Amino acid sequence: MPYDPKMVQPMREELTRIGVQELLTPADVDAFMGQKTGTTLIVVNSVCGCAAGTARPGVRLALESDVKPDRVATVFAGQDLDAVAKVRGYFGQFPPSSPSMALFKDGQVVHFVPRHVIEGRDAVGVANHLVEAFQKHCVPAGAK
Amino acid sequence: MSHRTFHHDRHELHGITVVVDTSGPEVWVGRCDDIDAESVILLDAAMHQDGEGGHSKTDWVKQAALYGVWKKHDRVQLPRAQVASVVRLCDVPTT
Repeated sequence: MPYDPKMVQPMREELTRIGVQELLTPADVDAFMGQKTGTTLIVVNSVCGCAAGTARPGVRLALESDVKPDRVATVFAGQDLDAVAKVRGYFGQFPPSSPSMALFKDGQVVHFVPRHVIEGRDAVGVANHLVEAFQKHCVPAGAK
Repeated sequence: MSHRTFHHDRHELHGITVVVDTSGPEVWVGRCDDIDAESVILLDAAMHQDGEGGHSKTDWVKQAALYGVWKKHDRVQLPRAQVASVVRLCDVPTT
């Protein structure tokens, strides 16, 4: 049974207030993922402790980098069930995991961060891990 | 840094994805719920038998460390007597 939406709202806003687009329905997901060109980060948010202490702060720090994805969106596991199922369909071979993050380039997953990788790091470690992937796959803002 | 959750009545690996190797051919990956003198309890777990699909336990665990696992069991309780080791999946080398 999903958690109380009022309890979850601050967890959503931790990402949406830094400009991450929230995808609430399968239609939202398909519309967002329909744009294949460029780089996209999808964050699967969750209520668990490693999302609060590590994943969300790590995403926030990583998005302060000069090199970052063109677009960033999020779905909330255990809450927006249909949207999460839809987005996982875009993850291909990667098993469901929450929290998790997937970096897409031109519509293909080029880097995936499953929950157990997040568990092994603090927020700065997650940010560094993401920024490494951004530097490998994304175009610096000044070079666009 | 401590990775303990707020569930202080549980084992320190509660909530962490672990690899449970057994003294037999099975190896498990799942989210640790609790460990006590009697058993290791995993949630959202998957199991591999050594040699299954041509993959050793080590190969399968390395793959799990890269990508995660597709859960096959909501909850499993493994007798401690059969458990050879419990390690965090994030500590498994992937190269």
